[in-house]
Amino acid sequence: MEVPILKQGAVLIATFQAALSDEDLNHLRMGLVQQVVKFRSRAVIVDVTAMDVMDSFASRTLREIAHMIRLRGAETVIVGIQPEVAFAMVQLGLTLEGVATALDLEEGLAYLNEKFKTMN
Amino acid sequence: MSKREVNMKDTGIPSHPSAGGEAPSELLRELVAHLRQNRTQLREEWVVRITETRLLTAMTKEEIFAEATSVYDSYVEALETEAFEALQAYARNLSERIIPRGVETHEVVGIVLLLRDVLARSLFAKYQTDFKKLNRILDAYEPAANRIANTVAVGFVQERERVIRQQQEAIRELSTPVLQVRERLLILPIIGVIDPQRARQLTEQLLRGIRTNRAKVVVIDITGVAAMDLTVANNLVQTVEASRLLGATVIVTGLSPEIAQTLVTIGVDLGKMNTVGDLQGGIEQAERLLGYKVEKLAEPR
Repeated sequence: MEVPILKQGAVLIATFQAALSDEDLNHLRMGLVQQVVKFRSRAVIVDVTAMDVMDSFASRTLREIAHMIRLRGAETVIVGIQPEVAFAMVQLGLTLEGVATALDLEEGLAYLNEKFKTMN
Repeated sequence: MSKREVNMKDTGIPSHPSAGGEAPSELLRELVAHLRQNRTQLREEWVVRITETRLLTAMTKEEIFAEATSVYDSYVEALETEAFEALQAYARNLSERIIPRGVETHEVVGIVLLLRDVLARSLFAKYQTDFKKLNRILDAYEPAANRIANTVAVGFVQERERVIRQQQEAIRELSTPVLQVRERLLILPIIGVIDPQRARQLTEQLLRGIRTNRAKVVVIDITGVAAMDLTVANNLVQTVEASRLLGATVIVTGLSPEIAQTLVTIGVDLGKMNTVGDLQGGIEQAERLLGYKVEKLAEPR
Protein backbone atom coordinates (compact mmCIF):
# COMPACT_ATOMS: atom_id res chain seq x y z
CA MET A 1 0.00 0.00 0.00
CA GLU A 2 1.38 3.37 -0.97
CA VAL A 3 1.63 5.91 1.81
CA PRO A 4 1.37 9.47 0.48
CA ILE A 5 4.29 11.68 1.49
CA LEU A 6 3.83 15.40 0.92
CA LYS A 7 6.45 18.07 1.13
CA GLN A 8 5.62 21.30 2.90
CA GLY A 9 8.75 23.42 2.80
CA ALA A 10 11.31 21.83 5.07
CA VAL A 11 8.75 19.39 6.49
CA LEU A 12 7.66 16.05 5.08
CA ILE A 13 4.15 14.86 5.93
CA ALA A 14 3.46 11.12 5.74
CA THR A 15 -0.17 10.07 6.16
CA PHE A 16 -0.51 6.49 7.38
CA GLN A 17 -3.52 4.51 6.16
CA ALA A 18 -5.76 2.38 8.31
CA ALA A 19 -4.41 -1.08 7.61
CA LEU A 20 -0.68 -1.12 7.09
CA SER A 21 0.97 -4.49 6.89
CA ASP A 22 4.33 -5.20 8.50
CA GLU A 23 5.80 -5.16 5.02
CA ASP A 24 4.34 -1.70 4.32
CA LEU A 25 5.83 -0.44 7.56
CA ASN A 26 9.25 -1.80 6.68
CA HIS A 27 9.17 -0.10 3.27
CA LEU A 28 8.07 3.12 4.90
CA ARG A 29 10.93 3.09 7.33
CA MET A 30 13.50 3.08 4.53
CA GLY A 31 11.44 5.25 2.26
CA LEU A 32 10.94 8.09 4.71
CA VAL A 33 14.60 8.33 5.63
CA GLN A 34 15.54 8.35 1.96
CA GLN A 35 13.12 11.21 1.34
CA VAL A 36 14.58 13.15 4.27
CA VAL A 37 18.01 12.75 2.69
CA LYS A 38 16.80 13.65 -0.80
CA PHE A 39 14.96 16.82 0.22
CA ARG A 40 17.22 17.74 3.15
CA SER A 41 14.09 18.00 5.29
CA ARG A 42 14.31 19.34 8.82
CA ALA A 43 11.30 17.43 10.11
CA VAL A 44 8.81 14.67 9.37
CA ILE A 45 5.22 14.62 10.55
CA VAL A 46 3.66 11.16 10.60
CA ASP A 47 -0.13 11.45 10.63
CA VAL A 48 -1.76 8.32 12.09
CA THR A 49 -5.31 9.71 12.35
CA ALA A 50 -6.61 6.90 10.13
CA MET A 51 -5.10 4.15 12.26
CA ASP A 52 -7.72 2.70 14.56
CA VAL A 53 -5.32 0.13 15.91
CA MET A 54 -1.64 0.33 16.82
CA ASP A 55 0.20 -2.87 17.56
CA SER A 56 3.65 -3.31 19.04
CA PHE A 57 5.28 -3.69 15.61
CA ALA A 58 3.81 -0.45 14.31
CA SER A 59 4.75 1.31 17.52
CA ARG A 60 8.32 0.04 17.39
CA THR A 61 8.61 1.00 13.73
CA LEU A 62 7.51 4.54 14.52
CA ARG A 63 10.17 4.82 17.23
CA GLU A 64 12.80 3.45 14.85
CA ILE A 65 11.75 5.90 12.13
CA ALA A 66 12.10 8.75 14.62
CA HIS A 67 15.56 7.59 15.70
CA MET A 68 16.78 7.09 12.16
CA ILE A 69 15.53 10.51 11.13
CA ARG A 70 17.15 12.11 14.16
CA LEU A 71 20.48 10.65 12.98
CA ARG A 72 19.95 12.77 9.88
CA GLY A 73 19.51 15.79 12.13
CA ALA A 74 15.77 16.01 11.61
CA GLU A 75 12.81 15.92 14.00
CA THR A 76 9.82 13.54 13.91
CA VAL A 77 6.37 14.33 15.27
CA ILE A 78 3.62 11.72 15.45
CA VAL A 79 0.17 13.29 15.19
CA GLY A 80 -3.44 12.15 15.21
CA ILE A 81 -3.33 9.24 17.68
CA GLN A 82 -7.00 8.58 18.50
CA PRO A 83 -8.10 8.50 22.17
CA GLU A 84 -9.07 4.83 22.02
CA VAL A 85 -5.79 3.93 20.34
CA ALA A 86 -3.79 5.92 22.91
CA PHE A 87 -5.59 4.14 25.74
CA ALA A 88 -4.94 0.72 24.24
CA MET A 89 -1.31 1.57 23.59
CA VAL A 90 -0.47 2.61 27.14
CA GLN A 91 -2.17 -0.50 28.49
CA LEU A 92 0.21 -2.55 26.38
CA GLY A 93 3.12 -0.44 27.52
CA LEU A 94 3.68 1.13 24.08
CA THR A 95 4.42 4.68 25.08
CA LEU A 96 6.45 5.94 22.09
CA GLU A 97 8.96 7.26 24.58
CA GLY A 98 11.39 9.79 23.21
CA VAL A 99 9.22 10.64 20.22
CA ALA A 100 7.41 13.95 20.01
CA THR A 101 3.64 13.79 19.66
CA ALA A 102 0.91 16.31 18.93
CA LEU A 103 -2.86 16.28 18.66
CA ASP A 104 -3.11 16.79 14.91
CA LEU A 105 -1.39 18.17 11.84
CA GLU A 106 -2.04 21.78 12.82
CA GLU A 107 -0.56 21.28 16.28
CA GLY A 108 2.34 19.34 14.85
CA LEU A 109 3.26 22.18 12.49
CA ALA A 110 2.86 24.73 15.30
CA TYR A 111 5.20 22.67 17.49
CA LEU A 112 7.81 22.51 14.73
CA ASN A 113 7.56 26.24 14.05
CA GLU A 114 8.27 26.97 17.70
CA LYS A 115 11.16 24.55 17.69
CA PHE A 116 12.73 25.97 14.50
CA LYS A 117 12.31 29.51 15.83
CA THR A 118 14.21 28.73 19.01
CA MET A 119 16.81 26.84 17.04
CA ASN A 120 17.50 29.73 14.65
CA MET B 1 -40.30 -31.17 14.82
CA SER B 2 -44.05 -31.67 14.92
CA LYS B 3 -46.26 -29.27 16.80
CA ARG B 4 -47.00 -31.98 19.33
CA GLU B 5 -43.33 -32.26 20.28
CA VAL B 6 -43.02 -28.51 20.48
CA ASN B 7 -45.99 -28.52 22.82
CA MET B 8 -44.35 -31.02 25.11
CA LYS B 9 -41.09 -29.15 25.27
CA ASP B 10 -42.55 -25.74 25.82
CA THR B 11 -45.54 -26.31 27.98
CA GLY B 12 -44.93 -29.67 29.61
CA ILE B 13 -48.15 -31.14 28.35
CA PRO B 14 -48.01 -34.88 27.60
CA SER B 15 -47.94 -35.45 23.90
CA HIS B 16 -50.49 -38.21 23.75
CA PRO B 17 -54.12 -37.21 23.40
CA SER B 18 -55.81 -37.37 26.75
CA ALA B 19 -58.66 -39.61 27.77
CA GLY B 20 -61.29 -37.29 26.29
CA GLY B 21 -59.72 -37.63 22.85
CA GLU B 22 -58.68 -34.03 22.08
CA ALA B 23 -55.08 -33.24 21.29
CA PRO B 24 -53.47 -30.66 23.60
CA SER B 25 -53.28 -28.18 20.75
CA GLU B 26 -57.02 -28.53 20.25
CA LEU B 27 -57.60 -27.83 23.92
CA LEU B 28 -55.44 -24.71 23.73
CA ARG B 29 -57.35 -23.51 20.69
CA GLU B 30 -60.64 -23.99 22.49
CA LEU B 31 -59.26 -22.18 25.49
CA VAL B 32 -57.93 -19.28 23.44
CA ALA B 33 -61.26 -18.97 21.61
CA HIS B 34 -63.07 -18.75 24.95
CA LEU B 35 -60.66 -16.06 26.20
CA ARG B 36 -61.12 -14.05 23.02
CA GLN B 37 -64.90 -14.33 23.07
CA ASN B 38 -65.08 -13.11 26.66
CA ARG B 39 -62.34 -10.56 26.30
CA THR B 40 -64.30 -7.48 27.29
CA GLN B 41 -65.83 -9.01 30.40
CA LEU B 42 -62.68 -10.79 31.59
CA ARG B 43 -60.53 -7.71 31.06
CA GLU B 44 -62.98 -5.61 33.03
CA GLU B 45 -62.94 -8.14 35.85
CA TRP B 46 -59.17 -8.07 35.87
CA VAL B 47 -58.98 -4.29 36.04
CA VAL B 48 -61.40 -4.36 38.98
CA ARG B 49 -59.20 -6.89 40.77
CA ILE B 50 -56.12 -4.74 40.08
CA THR B 51 -57.75 -1.69 41.62
CA GLU B 52 -59.08 -3.71 44.59
CA THR B 53 -55.61 -5.05 45.35
CA ARG B 54 -54.23 -1.48 45.11
CA LEU B 55 -51.74 -2.25 42.37
CA LEU B 56 -50.51 0.22 39.74
CA THR B 57 -51.42 3.14 42.01
CA ALA B 58 -48.96 5.28 40.04
CA MET B 59 -51.14 5.07 36.94
CA THR B 60 -54.50 6.64 36.07
CA LYS B 61 -57.58 4.54 35.39
CA GLU B 62 -57.31 5.23 31.65
CA GLU B 63 -53.69 4.20 31.61
CA ILE B 64 -54.40 1.01 33.52
CA PHE B 65 -57.17 0.18 31.08
CA ALA B 66 -54.97 0.81 28.08
CA GLU B 67 -52.08 -1.27 29.42
CA ALA B 68 -54.47 -3.98 30.60
CA THR B 69 -55.86 -4.28 27.10
CA SER B 70 -52.45 -4.70 25.54
CA VAL B 71 -51.29 -7.15 28.24
CA TYR B 72 -54.48 -9.20 27.92
CA ASP B 73 -54.11 -9.46 24.15
CA SER B 74 -50.43 -10.35 24.39
CA TYR B 75 -51.24 -12.94 27.06
CA VAL B 76 -53.84 -14.64 24.90
CA GLU B 77 -51.61 -14.45 21.86
CA ALA B 78 -48.76 -16.07 23.79
CA LEU B 79 -51.10 -18.86 24.84
CA GLU B 80 -52.11 -19.35 21.24
CA THR B 81 -48.80 -19.08 19.42
CA GLU B 82 -46.49 -20.25 22.21
CA ALA B 83 -44.08 -17.65 20.84
CA PHE B 84 -42.38 -16.74 24.08
CA GLU B 85 -39.62 -14.65 22.49
CA ALA B 86 -42.25 -12.26 21.19
CA LEU B 87 -43.72 -12.15 24.69
CA GLN B 88 -40.31 -11.43 26.19
CA ALA B 89 -39.81 -8.55 23.76
CA TYR B 90 -43.27 -7.28 24.62
CA ALA B 91 -42.52 -7.54 28.34
CA ARG B 92 -39.32 -5.53 27.99
CA ASN B 93 -41.12 -2.94 25.93
CA LEU B 94 -43.91 -2.70 28.50
CA SER B 95 -41.33 -2.40 31.26
CA GLU B 96 -39.55 0.40 29.43
CA ARG B 97 -42.83 2.29 29.47
CA ILE B 98 -43.94 1.70 33.02
CA ILE B 99 -40.67 1.72 34.97
CA PRO B 100 -40.28 5.51 34.60
CA ARG B 101 -43.85 5.77 35.97
CA GLY B 102 -42.61 4.18 39.19
CA VAL B 103 -44.16 0.74 38.79
CA GLU B 104 -42.49 -1.84 41.02
CA THR B 105 -41.63 -5.47 40.37
CA HIS B 106 -44.20 -6.82 42.82
CA GLU B 107 -46.90 -4.88 40.98
CA VAL B 108 -46.03 -6.38 37.60
CA VAL B 109 -45.83 -9.90 38.98
CA GLY B 110 -49.03 -9.19 40.92
CA ILE B 111 -51.12 -8.13 37.96
CA VAL B 112 -49.95 -11.00 35.77
CA LEU B 113 -50.86 -13.48 38.48
CA LEU B 114 -54.23 -11.76 38.93
CA LEU B 115 -54.91 -12.17 35.21
CA ARG B 116 -53.93 -15.79 35.47
CA ASP B 117 -56.44 -16.22 38.30
CA VAL B 118 -59.23 -14.34 36.52
CA LEU B 119 -58.81 -16.48 33.41
CA ALA B 120 -58.59 -19.69 35.44
CA ARG B 121 -61.81 -18.83 37.31
CA SER B 122 -63.60 -18.23 34.03
CA LEU B 123 -62.49 -21.69 32.91
CA PHE B 124 -63.90 -23.19 36.12
CA ALA B 125 -67.15 -21.39 35.44
CA LYS B 126 -67.38 -22.59 31.87
CA TYR B 127 -66.49 -26.23 32.38
CA GLN B 128 -67.95 -26.76 35.82
CA THR B 129 -70.41 -29.37 34.54
CA ASP B 130 -67.68 -31.47 32.92
CA PHE B 131 -65.07 -32.06 35.57
CA LYS B 132 -62.91 -34.31 33.38
CA LYS B 133 -62.87 -31.74 30.58
CA LEU B 134 -62.04 -29.01 33.08
CA ASN B 135 -59.03 -31.04 34.19
CA ARG B 136 -57.84 -31.45 30.63
CA ILE B 137 -58.28 -27.78 29.91
CA LEU B 138 -56.33 -26.85 33.00
CA ASP B 139 -53.60 -29.32 32.01
CA ALA B 140 -53.24 -27.29 28.84
CA TYR B 141 -53.65 -23.90 30.48
CA GLU B 142 -51.54 -24.02 33.63
CA PRO B 143 -48.05 -24.72 32.22
CA ALA B 144 -48.52 -22.09 29.53
CA ALA B 145 -49.87 -19.56 32.05
CA ASN B 146 -46.93 -20.20 34.37
CA ARG B 147 -44.50 -19.77 31.56
CA ILE B 148 -46.12 -16.48 30.65
CA ALA B 149 -45.98 -15.16 34.24
CA ASN B 150 -42.33 -16.15 34.40
CA THR B 151 -41.47 -14.56 31.08
CA VAL B 152 -43.13 -11.26 31.92
CA ALA B 153 -41.56 -11.06 35.38
CA VAL B 154 -38.09 -11.86 34.08
CA GLY B 155 -38.50 -9.37 31.24
CA PHE B 156 -39.44 -6.67 33.72
CA VAL B 157 -36.51 -7.40 36.01
CA GLN B 158 -34.06 -7.43 33.12
CA GLU B 159 -35.30 -4.04 32.00
CA ARG B 160 -34.91 -2.67 35.52
CA GLU B 161 -31.35 -3.95 35.68
CA ARG B 162 -30.62 -2.31 32.36
CA VAL B 163 -31.94 1.01 33.65
CA ILE B 164 -29.88 0.72 36.82
CA ARG B 165 -26.73 0.08 34.82
CA GLN B 166 -27.51 3.09 32.66
CA GLN B 167 -28.01 5.30 35.70
CA GLN B 168 -24.79 4.09 37.28
CA GLU B 169 -22.98 5.01 34.11
CA ALA B 170 -24.56 8.45 34.10
CA ILE B 171 -23.61 9.04 37.74
CA ARG B 172 -20.06 8.01 37.04
CA GLU B 173 -19.82 10.44 34.15
CA LEU B 174 -21.32 13.27 36.14
CA SER B 175 -18.90 12.79 38.96
CA THR B 176 -15.83 13.22 36.77
CA PRO B 177 -16.35 16.42 34.82
CA VAL B 178 -13.61 17.59 32.51
CA LEU B 179 -13.54 21.38 32.73
CA GLN B 180 -11.92 23.89 30.44
CA VAL B 181 -10.64 26.88 32.40
CA ARG B 182 -8.57 28.56 29.69
CA GLU B 183 -7.90 28.02 26.05
CA ARG B 184 -6.03 24.70 25.78
CA LEU B 185 -6.16 24.09 29.55
CA LEU B 186 -8.35 21.41 31.13
CA ILE B 187 -8.92 20.63 34.77
CA LEU B 188 -10.07 17.24 35.99
CA PRO B 189 -11.00 17.44 39.69
CA ILE B 190 -11.40 13.95 41.10
CA ILE B 191 -13.40 13.47 44.26
CA GLY B 192 -14.21 10.37 46.20
CA VAL B 193 -13.43 6.77 45.70
CA ILE B 194 -11.85 5.63 42.48
CA ASP B 195 -12.36 2.02 41.62
CA PRO B 196 -10.68 0.50 38.54
CA GLN B 197 -13.87 0.93 36.52
CA ARG B 198 -14.24 4.60 37.40
CA ALA B 199 -10.53 5.13 36.77
CA ARG B 200 -10.87 3.67 33.31
CA GLN B 201 -13.90 5.75 32.54
CA LEU B 202 -12.07 8.83 33.77
CA THR B 203 -9.20 8.17 31.38
CA GLU B 204 -11.51 7.71 28.43
CA GLN B 205 -13.41 10.88 29.26
CA LEU B 206 -10.21 12.86 29.65
CA LEU B 207 -8.74 11.66 26.36
CA ARG B 208 -11.93 12.53 24.54
CA GLY B 209 -11.90 15.92 26.27
CA ILE B 210 -8.32 16.57 25.20
CA ARG B 211 -9.23 15.93 21.62
CA THR B 212 -12.46 17.94 21.69
CA ASN B 213 -10.97 20.94 23.47
CA ARG B 214 -7.55 20.67 21.81
CA ALA B 215 -5.97 20.87 25.21
CA LYS B 216 -2.25 21.18 25.61
CA VAL B 217 -2.17 21.02 29.38
CA VAL B 218 -4.33 19.05 31.79
CA VAL B 219 -4.34 19.50 35.55
CA ILE B 220 -5.61 16.41 37.38
CA ASP B 221 -6.42 17.31 40.94
CA ILE B 222 -6.71 14.48 43.43
CA THR B 223 -7.09 16.52 46.61
CA GLY B 224 -10.46 14.87 47.10
CA VAL B 225 -9.15 11.34 46.78
CA ALA B 226 -8.43 9.67 50.08
CA ALA B 227 -6.64 6.55 48.98
CA MET B 228 -5.36 4.83 45.91
CA ASP B 229 -4.42 1.24 45.27
CA LEU B 230 -1.89 -0.20 42.88
CA THR B 231 -4.33 -0.62 39.98
CA VAL B 232 -5.60 2.91 40.20
CA ALA B 233 -2.10 4.35 40.64
CA ASN B 234 -0.99 2.56 37.50
CA ASN B 235 -4.05 3.81 35.73
CA LEU B 236 -3.08 7.36 36.68
CA VAL B 237 0.36 6.83 35.14
CA GLN B 238 -1.26 5.39 32.02
CA THR B 239 -3.57 8.39 31.82
CA VAL B 240 -0.54 10.67 31.88
CA GLU B 241 1.18 8.64 29.15
CA ALA B 242 -1.91 8.40 26.96
CA SER B 243 -2.46 12.15 27.28
CA ARG B 244 1.06 12.73 26.05
CA LEU B 245 0.31 10.66 22.96
CA LEU B 246 -2.40 13.18 22.23
CA GLY B 247 0.09 16.00 22.63
CA ALA B 248 -1.02 17.13 26.10
CA THR B 249 1.06 17.57 29.24
CA VAL B 250 -0.47 16.41 32.52
CA ILE B 251 0.16 18.05 35.90
CA VAL B 252 -1.06 16.10 38.92
CA THR B 253 -1.90 18.14 41.98
CA GLY B 254 -3.18 17.53 45.49
CA LEU B 255 -1.41 14.30 46.33
CA SER B 256 -2.04 13.66 50.00
CA PRO B 257 0.87 12.40 52.13
CA GLU B 258 -0.87 9.00 52.25
CA ILE B 259 -1.13 8.74 48.50
CA ALA B 260 2.41 10.03 48.05
CA GLN B 261 3.54 7.25 50.39
CA THR B 262 1.50 4.66 48.47
CA LEU B 263 2.96 5.73 45.15
CA VAL B 264 6.51 5.62 46.42
CA THR B 265 5.99 2.28 48.14
CA ILE B 266 4.54 0.53 45.13
CA GLY B 267 7.31 1.91 43.00
CA VAL B 268 5.35 4.01 40.55
CA ASP B 269 7.76 5.78 38.23
CA LEU B 270 7.22 9.34 39.42
CA GLY B 271 9.70 10.62 36.88
CA LYS B 272 6.93 10.18 34.38
CA MET B 273 4.62 12.35 36.39
CA ASN B 274 4.65 16.07 36.65
CA THR B 275 3.37 16.89 40.12
CA VAL B 276 2.74 20.14 41.94
CA GLY B 277 1.56 20.61 45.53
CA ASP B 278 -1.89 22.07 45.19
CA LEU B 279 -4.42 23.01 42.52
CA GLN B 280 -3.48 26.68 42.61
CA GLY B 281 0.15 25.87 41.99
CA GLY B 282 -0.84 23.46 39.26
CA ILE B 283 -2.91 26.05 37.42
CA GLU B 284 -0.12 28.59 37.74
CA GLN B 285 2.37 26.18 36.25
CA ALA B 286 -0.06 25.23 33.50
CA GLU B 287 -0.49 28.89 32.61
CA ARG B 288 3.26 29.32 32.44
CA LEU B 289 3.51 26.31 30.13
CA LEU B 290 0.87 27.82 27.91
CA GLY B 291 2.67 31.14 27.81
CA TYR B 292 0.30 33.09 30.04
CA LYS B 293 1.45 35.63 32.54
CA VAL B 294 -1.09 36.64 35.19
CA GLU B 295 -0.63 40.16 36.52
CA LYS B 296 -2.54 41.91 39.24
CA LEU B 297 -3.72 45.31 38.06
CA ALA B 298 -5.72 46.54 41.04
CA GLU B 299 -6.91 45.65 44.53
CA PRO B 300 -10.18 43.72 44.84
CA ARG B 301 -13.17 46.02 45.15
